[in-house]
Amino acid sequence: MTGPPAYRVVPCGPAALLVEVSDAPAALSLAEHLRAGLGATDVVPGARTVLVDGTERAPVEEALRRWDPATGTDPGPLVEVPVVYDGADLADVAEVWGCTLREVVERHTSLELVSAFCGFAPGFAYLSGAPEEWAVPRLASPRPRVPAGSVALADTWSAVYPTASPGGWRLLGRTDLALWDTRRTPPALLAPGTRVVFREVRA
Amino acid sequence: MSDAVLEVLATGPLVTVQDRGRPGHAHLGVPRSGALDAAAHALAQRLVGNEPGAAGLEVLMGGLTVRLTEDRWVAVTGAEVPLRLGDRAVPTGRALRLPTHTPLTLGTPLRGARSHLAVSGGLVVDPVLGSRSTDTLSGLGPPPVRTGDRLPVGVPAGVPAAVEVPPAPPSGTLRLHPGPRADWCDGDPVDLLVRGAWTCGPDSDRVGLRLEGGTLPRARTDELASEGVLLGAVQLPPGGRPVVFLADHPTTGGYPVVAVVEPADLWRCAQLRPGDPVRFSRAR
Repeated sequence: MTGPPAYRVVPCGPAALLVEVSDAPAALSLAEHLRAGLGATDVVPGARTVLVDGTERAPVEEALRRWDPATGTDPGPLVEVPVVYDGADLADVAEVWGCTLREVVERHTSLELVSAFCGFAPGFAYLSGAPEEWAVPRLASPRPRVPAGSVALADTWSAVYPTASPGGWRLLGRTDLALWDTRRTPPALLAPGTRVVFREVRA
Repeated sequence: MSDAVLEVLATGPLVTVQDRGRPGHAHLGVPRSGALDAAAHALAQRLVGNEPGAAGLEVLMGGLTVRLTEDRWVAVTGAEVPLRLGDRAVPTGRALRLPTHTPLTLGTPLRGARSHLAVSGGLVVDPVLGSRSTDTLSGLGPPPVRTGDRLPVGVPAGVPAAVEVPPAPPSGTLRLHPGPRADWCDGDPVDLLVRGAWTCGPDSDRVGLRLEGGTLPRARTDELASEGVLLGAVQLPPGGRPVVFLADHPTTGGYPVVAVVEPADLWRCAQLRPGDPVRFSRAR
C-alpha cells in the first residue's frame, strides 16, 4: 500500500482513543465499522474524528486494518422534513448568501443532506452536505431559548433542534416532526447515517 | 411488585435519582450520566443487598429527609454526613433497618459533597434508555427530586451485606493523561495543571468541575471541528479556564481536550466543594 494512511490514532487516557480521518463521511463509515466489530462502550463520530470509548488500543488497531475508507457507508433511510420557512434569521442568511429570501428556501430544499453525527443535545444531528460557499457564521451571542423543531444553519451544517434549548445557530424555519422520542428505536429520528431532505410547507 | 414508597420530606440544594447511567448512546447525543461518585453508589447498593445497577439518590450537600411506607434496609455512603434515624444518630457506610414512617435525615456533610442513599429493592422510577438516572444537562430521566415526591421502591432482591469497610482511597490527586489535543495548549498541559494551584469553582456541577486559579495558554486559536468527548476530559475553552467533564457532559464538543483524568480518580471530583483545592499529578 502506498500513500499516507487514511487515519491517525490518538490516545485519550487508558480506556479511549480518538481516530482522526479526512472528513465527516469517512468518520461515519469508520464509526459504523468500529461499532459493529469492537464491543466498545461508545463509538462517537465527529466532524473529522471517531471517539472510541471503553476499549484497548490493540483491537482498535486490528479493526482499523480491516477498514477500507473507500467503501463509504450504505445509504441510510431517507427522512423528509416539512418546514415552514419563517425563521428569524432568514434575511441574514439571504444577505450572507447574496440572494433573495425565496432563493434561500430553494437552495435549502434542493440539498440531500446526511446526518454526520449527533451532539449538543439528545437527537441533535449535524447534517452535512451543503457546499462550502454557503457557510454562515453562528450568532455572536446565542439565543437563551430556541424552540423545539427550529430548523437552523451554522457553518455548512444544518440541524433541527429536537428540544427547546439555548442556541447560536441561524434560524430558517420550523418543523412539527418529532426529532426525539425515547419510545422509538433509535430515539433519534436523524441518527448518524440518515439522509435528510427539507421540504417547504405553508404555515 | 411492591407498593413501597420513599416519601421525600425535605431536600437540600440538589437531590437526583442515579444509577450507573446510560452509556452506549453517546452517538445519538445522549450523555452517559449516572452517579458522580460511582464507587460510593456501588457500595451503598451492595450494603443493602441490591444489584449494582439499582437506582438510589445522589444528595448534594445533605439536607435530605425521607421516610418509607414499608420497612427496608438503607445505607448512606460518600460524603461524611451526620445521619439521623428518627432522633438517633446512626453511622454512614453500613446497612441500617429503617422502620416504616421513621424519618432518615442527612445533615450537612463534614467532609465531601455528595452522599449516596440506597434502599433495598432500589428506586423503580421509569427507566429511560435503560437507566433511571436524572441527566441535568439533557433533561432525560426523572426530574430532580423535590419535597413531597413519592418515589416507588422495588422488591428486595438480596440480603444486606455484612459491614463492609470501603477500601482506603488512593493518593489524593487527580492523575492526568495527555489529551488528544494537548498540542493546542502552549506548553505541556499536564505539566501546567500539575504545577498550578487550582480550586473547585463555584459553578462546578454534574456537567463539569470548573477549575479556578489560572488559565492555560492556547497555542492555537482556530476552531476545532466538533468531536466526541469522554468522561474525565479536561476541555480548554477559549478563555483558558479548564473544565473536567463529569457524568452529564455533552457528548461532542468544539473545544480542545488537552488532558484526561484517570477514570479511577473521577469519584474525587464528586466530593469536591467550591473553594476546595484540586491537585493533579501525572499518570505513570
